[in-house]
Amino acid sequence: MDIWYTENHTDNVRMSIRVDRQLASEQSDFQRIDIFESNEFGRMLTLDGLLMLTEKDEYVYHEMITHIPMATNPDISRVLVIGAGDGGTVRELCRYDTIEHIDMVEIDFKVVELSRKYLPFTACSLDDPRVHIHYQDGLRFVRRVAEGAYDLIIVDSTDPFGVGEGLFTKEFYGSCYKALSDEGILVNQHESTFYESYRNSMKRAHSRIKSMFPIALVYQAHIPTYPSGHWLFGFASKKFDPRTDLQAYRWNRLGLKTKYYNTILHHGCFAIPNNVRDALREAENK
Amino acid sequence: MGKILTQQNAPLLEAMQEHKLNRIVRFDVPGHKGGRGNRELAEFLGETCVRMDVNSMKNLDNLCHPVSVIKEAQELAAQAFGAENAFFIVCGATGASQAMILTACKAGEKLIMPRNVHRSAINALVLNGAVPVYVDPDENRELGIPLGMSYEAVEKAVLENPDAKAILVNNPTYYGVCADINGLAELAHSHGMMLLADEAHGTHFYFGEEMPMSAMAAGADMASVSIHKTGGSLTQSAMLLCGKSVNADRVRQIINLTQTTSASYLLMVSLDLARRNLALNGRDMFRKTMQFTDYAREEINQIGGYYAYGEELCNGNSFYAFDKTKLSIHTRNTGLAGIEVYDLLRDEYGIQIEFGDIGNILAIVTAGDRELEIERLISSLAEIKRLYGKDPTGMLSSEYIAPHVELAPQQAFYAVQESVKLRESEGRVCCEFVMCYPPGIPILAPGERITNDIIDYICYAKEKGCSLTGPQDMSIETLCVVK
Repeated sequence: MDIWYTENHTDNVRMSIRVDRQLASEQSDFQRIDIFESNEFGRMLTLDGLLMLTEKDEYVYHEMITHIPMATNPDISRVLVIGAGDGGTVRELCRYDTIEHIDMVEIDFKVVELSRKYLPFTACSLDDPRVHIHYQDGLRFVRRVAEGAYDLIIVDSTDPFGVGEGLFTKEFYGSCYKALSDEGILVNQHESTFYESYRNSMKRAHSRIKSMFPIALVYQAHIPTYPSGHWLFGFASKKFDPRTDLQAYRWNRLGLKTKYYNTILHHGCFAIPNNVRDALREAENK
Repeated sequence: MGKILTQQNAPLLEAMQEHKLNRIVRFDVPGHKGGRGNRELAEFLGETCVRMDVNSMKNLDNLCHPVSVIKEAQELAAQAFGAENAFFIVCGATGASQAMILTACKAGEKLIMPRNVHRSAINALVLNGAVPVYVDPDENRELGIPLGMSYEAVEKAVLENPDAKAILVNNPTYYGVCADINGLAELAHSHGMMLLADEAHGTHFYFGEEMPMSAMAAGADMASVSIHKTGGSLTQSAMLLCGKSVNADRVRQIINLTQTTSASYLLMVSLDLARRNLALNGRDMFRKTMQFTDYAREEINQIGGYYAYGEELCNGNSFYAFDKTKLSIHTRNTGLAGIEVYDLLRDEYGIQIEFGDIGNILAIVTAGDRELEIERLISSLAEIKRLYGKDPTGMLSSEYIAPHVELAPQQAFYAVQESVKLRESEGRVCCEFVMCYPPGIPILAPGERITNDIIDYICYAKEKGCSLTGPQDMSIETLCVVK
């Protein structure tokens, strides 16, 4: 038997992974959710056919979307996570005893339900008493929270076509700005620049964030199963510059064991290639 | 013939599908011959669309003289809308309104109507020389919106003009306000007048639950319905509905005075499909629409500054009923004119709404929307208030300016005229229309005396960025007046 999962990275480029078996397939109110078992990448989650995570490389994404802001401001205690139904981001956040409250806003109950059942390696901290899960639209949730309610907002979204569309808009970033304290940080999944369609999404997101926040940077990571393997995150803040405000000593003293992130890489990941820098400049000058 | 058609059928669609399979050789118009003569057009619009852009022929009937599939499609539409006859119109509700008015009255005859009608109604008077008897609509001064006509005001006009031929009613207005159409129909009929309804924004009244009363249900004689607005057909397609009292063969003649002899089959088949969809699924579609608008009203009213109004404004008379599928929002207390919010939504947030006037905006919501878009609209409004809101003192409230009619629209439109500067036009009789578009309700119509209030209003609307249309001088620096 020869079963392959294939994702079209562009109309002309495909990535395929041999699948051992399909563990789940459900159509929720919002999207189609599939979970596969593979020999090379372990378990894999796809939404509407697009790969969200694999057991083998999810750590890169989840470490980079959490430890960068946490090492920049270790005093963060109130966190809002949008999306992230697989639980990986919350798993990393729960390793910090200093975090007192995590609101996780996921639109699709089914993603969380299936993740709990089939992806225990990411969903393992969803029952932590500090974690409060809200099943609703992220844009709606942020609009309604009190001003300055959070120290950190993490936008762990899908691509900006379909369910995640509202999380790449100017009104969303503006609502996040309002929901953040004066020391607030916004980190978001920021697409990539290698392929045209993702490049456009990335530029639009950057110009919108830049119009709201005084500090708006991007940083990179290498995620083998994402299109082009080179992926970006956005770091926006009202106060902190992650390059100069890094609290390396404090973070290292926590003794967190990580597979990708470290405080030297923290500096390095903001050193971005020229093609990304050019795209950011284009977006800023538009 | 003799087959029994139900609302499940779509006779025109079925005939076009069969036509497609027949692979008829084309030696008729249109000259693009199914797109082969214009590849770029075919690529842009899609193969099916250009292949189905055909002209009337034996098996596809003819809109000017319908005897087979178009006739059947129109009969099904009449049934679905509870009308005696329905006519497919391919030049918008504008065409339907004009045919309706040209049917009801001729040169020199009177038509009772509210002044806040769409320009197409007054256009019809320019065409046929009938004379308007305007009834001032009530207004909500706080919101700066015209309401419907009160029963008493219409009754007064009827008693003063017993020779009038018909009463025209907006059902609803652009903002979603309905007059007591049932009461007005009885009033008209008891005085031997026809009741005509401009239902450009009322398609859904025929299919949804908890809706204001539709014109046909109220006993109106004719109604012009813009199916493309909320009924799901293609832009520019509409229907003219007629009740029992109307001679449909005469109406067909009148429609043929101005309507094209090459009616687009794309438009007509979209009417056939929209009718079937409305008949079969309309109730669910409009329930979903109302869930969206009820939710949006509640959320928008929590933002503060905005007022998304609803049924609470009903007064049993000139605001007899509210169309809850309309998302009309008063913006002035955010310190922003409706048109400014409209521009910000478009330019900063990538959201296109239907219109913004001096104090209000209107978003069209249908079952074609998704929760995602509703959330975006609400959040964008919240952000616009946070980032751009200011002190509202000193803002002009749009108010209804009662017209001074000096000449019938046709007389003024064809009078010997001269062009004068807008600021110097006070006291002159205007020969042309001036309106913000949308909503397309004239500030000035041909035959009306220009006052200082009107000049001030036009200047303020220009300053706030309203798109003003109508006059020959497209920059509205000058107006044509009677010499």
